[in-house]
Amino acid sequence: MTELKHYFAPTSLDQAVECLKDGDVTILAGGTDLTPQSQAGRLKIKQTLMNIRHIPQLSGITLEGKEIRIGALTTITEIMEHPLIRERLPVLVVACDHFASDQIRNAGTIGGNICNASPAGDMLIPLLVLDACVELASMPENKIYRHCMPLSTFFVGPGKTRKSLCELVTSVRIPLPAEGHVAHFYKHGTRPALDISTISIGVAGTFRDGTLSNVRVAFGAVAPTPVRASQTEQALEGQRLDEATIEKIAQIARDEVKPIDDVRATAWYRKEMIHNITKRILSHVAQA
Amino acid sequence: MSLKHDIEFKLNGITRRVAVDVSMNALAMLRDVIGLTGTKYGCGEGECGACTIQVDGVSLNSCLMFAVDCDGRNVTTIEGLANDSKADALRSAFVEHGAVQCGFCTPGMIMQADHLLRSGCGGDAGSIKRGIEGNLCRCTGYKKIIDAIASVSGAPS
Repeated sequence: MTELKHYFAPTSLDQAVECLKDGDVTILAGGTDLTPQSQAGRLKIKQTLMNIRHIPQLSGITLEGKEIRIGALTTITEIMEHPLIRERLPVLVVACDHFASDQIRNAGTIGGNICNASPAGDMLIPLLVLDACVELASMPENKIYRHCMPLSTFFVGPGKTRKSLCELVTSVRIPLPAEGHVAHFYKHGTRPALDISTISIGVAGTFRDGTLSNVRVAFGAVAPTPVRASQTEQALEGQRLDEATIEKIAQIARDEVKPIDDVRATAWYRKEMIHNITKRILSHVAQA
Repeated sequence: MSLKHDIEFKLNGITRRVAVDVSMNALAMLRDVIGLTGTKYGCGEGECGACTIQVDGVSLNSCLMFAVDCDGRNVTTIEGLANDSKADALRSAFVEHGAVQCGFCTPGMIMQADHLLRSGCGGDAGSIKRGIEGNLCRCTGYKKIIDAIASVSGAPS
């Protein structure tokens, strides 16, 4: 195992991705997960600790064409308070509001929440139902190469993503929702603050004349990664949301998830919660 | 030998230069390197808020921050509020309302309450409760703390 030998705080994206070329780098953003994990010895910092805070290209929330770009360094508080997010992506504000505590929201970043790839990551479920893409930068030759990856294919396991060691997450991009778009997020835990979700649910789609289309459903804390629920989505697509349909869909959702027993809940309890909360959210959509 | 790095930052209004272990958190730097022990170590993982400080005008857990990340920033600890009139009102309110028992959570509570009052928190009991969600107190049951903060927020109680 290599020891921590260098500390580097680049001031440009070029410097950062160049540093990542050798792969033996731990990236520091808000630090709210990296600090306790490394202090407790659960995570070993690699040869270089790279603090990306001073890279201006990683900040800010902007409207770019038909997408909202949220820089990787944007804190949860900044997202929660931003007028563009409040107006166009209110479901993200709901998730921010259920995120940890004020102190952690002030420090924790969206890029960090994505790269941590927790199956229970609070922002990941609403981002999944909003069709978010992760923008990655690397320097294979002597030029920055950027590409986008749908968030739905980004996660491969707890704490594991398809981002290579040479890549840096620079932003998350979210298509502007069309008219009639609805999106809901629900997080269930034992207390409102500072709790890791027992389960979380996101539902989005276009709601017109009592039917839901372009349906997106995602679940947190029921699988090794945050997941889209394709069977539930297919069953919901184009359906009129009457009481019988909602009950049927809630059962499909319960049967689709394969959670585990752990300290926070049993698998049985999680499946029941998925059923009940899916039903509650869909009833809410139908009544709106 | 652990890796050291020189940083320079504003601490309670005064520019400080310190050599810190790169793997050290800001809380350890404040207490063990600089000697400001007003900021408390409670849980070390962001659950209790006893180590709350303000950095560039927002509150955060100093146990969840790398010391090197203080470089170039503006850091305020409980000691930095000693001669601040707004914080003075808060401190007096804590005394008057009996919002202090063992006192261990108090520096963190004051730092967070000060941040809430400065950032335009509603000042009613509901917003204060939400605002101090990240601060644990095992003595008071929170009522007196909330009353104390509300009394200086200017909001009707």
